[in-house]
Amino acid sequence: MSRLAERRREMAVDVGAPSEEGVTRPESPPAVRADLRFFANELRVTFFRRRNQLLLLVAALFPLLIGIGLKLSAPHDGSGRSGPSSSGAAYFSQLAGNGVFLTFVALSLLLILVLPVVVGVVSGDSIAGEAGYGTLRYLLAVPAGRTRLLAVKYAMIVVWAVTATFIVSAIALVVGVALFGAGPVTLLSGTTVSLADGLVHVLLVTLYVCAAMAAFGAIALAISTFTEHSIGAIAAAMIIVVASEVVDNIPQFAPVTPYMPTHWWLSFDSLLRSPIDTTTLWHGLLSFAVYAAVFCSIAWARFTSADVTS
Amino acid sequence: MTQEVPQPELATADLAIASSALSKRFRGGQLAVDHVDLAVPRGSVYGFLGPNGSGKTTTIRMLLGLAFPTSGTAALLGVPMPEGATSVLSRVGSLVEGPAFYPYLSGWDNLARYDAADRTASAATAKARIGEAMERVGLTAAAKKRFRNYSLGMKQRLAIAAALLAPRDLIILDEPTNGLDPQGTREVRALVRQIAADGITVFVSSHLLAEVEQVSTHVGVMRLGKLVFQGELAALRRTAAPRVAVRTGDTASAAEVLTKLGLADPVLVNTGLAEDLVTAELGDVAPEKITAELVHAGVGVRGLTVEAPSLEDLFVGLTGEGFDVEAG
Repeated sequence: MSRLAERRREMAVDVGAPSEEGVTRPESPPAVRADLRFFANELRVTFFRRRNQLLLLVAALFPLLIGIGLKLSAPHDGSGRSGPSSSGAAYFSQLAGNGVFLTFVALSLLLILVLPVVVGVVSGDSIAGEAGYGTLRYLLAVPAGRTRLLAVKYAMIVVWAVTATFIVSAIALVVGVALFGAGPVTLLSGTTVSLADGLVHVLLVTLYVCAAMAAFGAIALAISTFTEHSIGAIAAAMIIVVASEVVDNIPQFAPVTPYMPTHWWLSFDSLLRSPIDTTTLWHGLLSFAVYAAVFCSIAWARFTSADVTS
Repeated sequence: MTQEVPQPELATADLAIASSALSKRFRGGQLAVDHVDLAVPRGSVYGFLGPNGSGKTTTIRMLLGLAFPTSGTAALLGVPMPEGATSVLSRVGSLVEGPAFYPYLSGWDNLARYDAADRTASAATAKARIGEAMERVGLTAAAKKRFRNYSLGMKQRLAIAAALLAPRDLIILDEPTNGLDPQGTREVRALVRQIAADGITVFVSSHLLAEVEQVSTHVGVMRLGKLVFQGELAALRRTAAPRVAVRTGDTASAAEVLTKLGLADPVLVNTGLAEDLVTAELGDVAPEKITAELVHAGVGVRGLTVEAPSLEDLFVGLTGEGFDVEAG
């Protein structure tokens, strides 16, 4: 009576060919098309939900506020060192000369809390919210399939994280260019590249942040499978972010900080050097991949074996 | 099955729902469902009765693969659960523990959501099927309204519409009339009749016998996690022995006649009026024969009635009066 064996059998039915009885109705669509339809519906429900639209709107307002604030306080003699002492500081001095740098400033500031909130709310709510509304039992009775539902949820979270990151990046770019102008980009290592090359760097940095947020989404998704109160899952995910950032800033914890989930989030500044510091970059991407894999596995193990009692 | 079993057992394939020693022990140690052997014949309307907390919903959750049994097995339409969930559940419509939808979506979008999750449902026919299901429960006019603005009855009807979204072989309705007014209750009952008339097996749970006795062909009665009765509704009725009651001034002679006719359990009831009652189990004796014998024996009969206990009385007898909390 091993639960695991049962689950494995369920999985076998899940992925295997349609069984002789039942699953094939004459009008049954191909499996891939049915999965895409479910995924499209999940995206529609997520992106049309007003709460989520507000989240994106708030995320979009931040680069605008940061841009205006920096414009107002911009040192006119170019010797300003008034920025906060985070790793965003390095970009602040560059900003006066080139609006493209507002993307890096905005991403580094928003990565501290705003982007994790935007991603954490949707991913923490993903399973717990369905359980809270009671819609989870109906989705499973449809049957959506437990593994399939989880896969659709994580795919949605990845799309959501990418969307939120690109919105911040794009708004920051537009606002930055409008307020500070555009031109050849001087990288942190002192090399100057063309504007087109600079935009490639913007794209790479944005993609790196997307990966970081997608990995964080997996953590929040896993937490989400343990509760039917989405607010609890969201809060727990945020506490993990803050705790990780705190630990990351205490020198005595130096041996473990590379394993903290947030440790590599801001490492995208290695993309702004020439040549690119690929060692740091790969470490970061590896950390994201491991976090995503481990927490997706936890989510799967939990979700495919737990009774749905809500 | 072994050959010693006298009555022919229905093969599992002929049963819409079959379970064997299905049990569920909660983490706290409470045995919520205790060796339940359900046998729901195809094409029947099965009333699943029992007071609140008797294990009905937990049983249904296990049947639908939402909860995993601690021990025992279950099968829907001949397919074992929960292993076969993904292959068989698309032929099973269900309403479990009240309606649940996304409050921020319209009724229509809610149904579209559940339909999109079904891998056997075709996107091409979705619009027609959703429209038909909404029409069937009378919600066409409210299709574009947000679910949070629905009344309780509308929510319940939307849940039934969701159960009818695709062609089904089995519909499981858990307390479908909970919280409905008498009008709504009647509507649900009419819907159940319609569904059954289409040849679909209906499994409907309720804590009120009156709600299912008009539509059911079979009943199962749960008490404290155990299935204490299962069979045709008529069989349940037969378990109630009808009694004959004779109103007379001469109870002693009347009782003598009844005993002579072979009626069991004669009881003298002193009503405190001029006329008293004698009652006894009717058995196979025809009431008119009793009248003739009484008259023949010179007993003055003022009235003779045959009374069968109501199903309600039987139900209460099976499940207990309620409010007496018994340890599970």
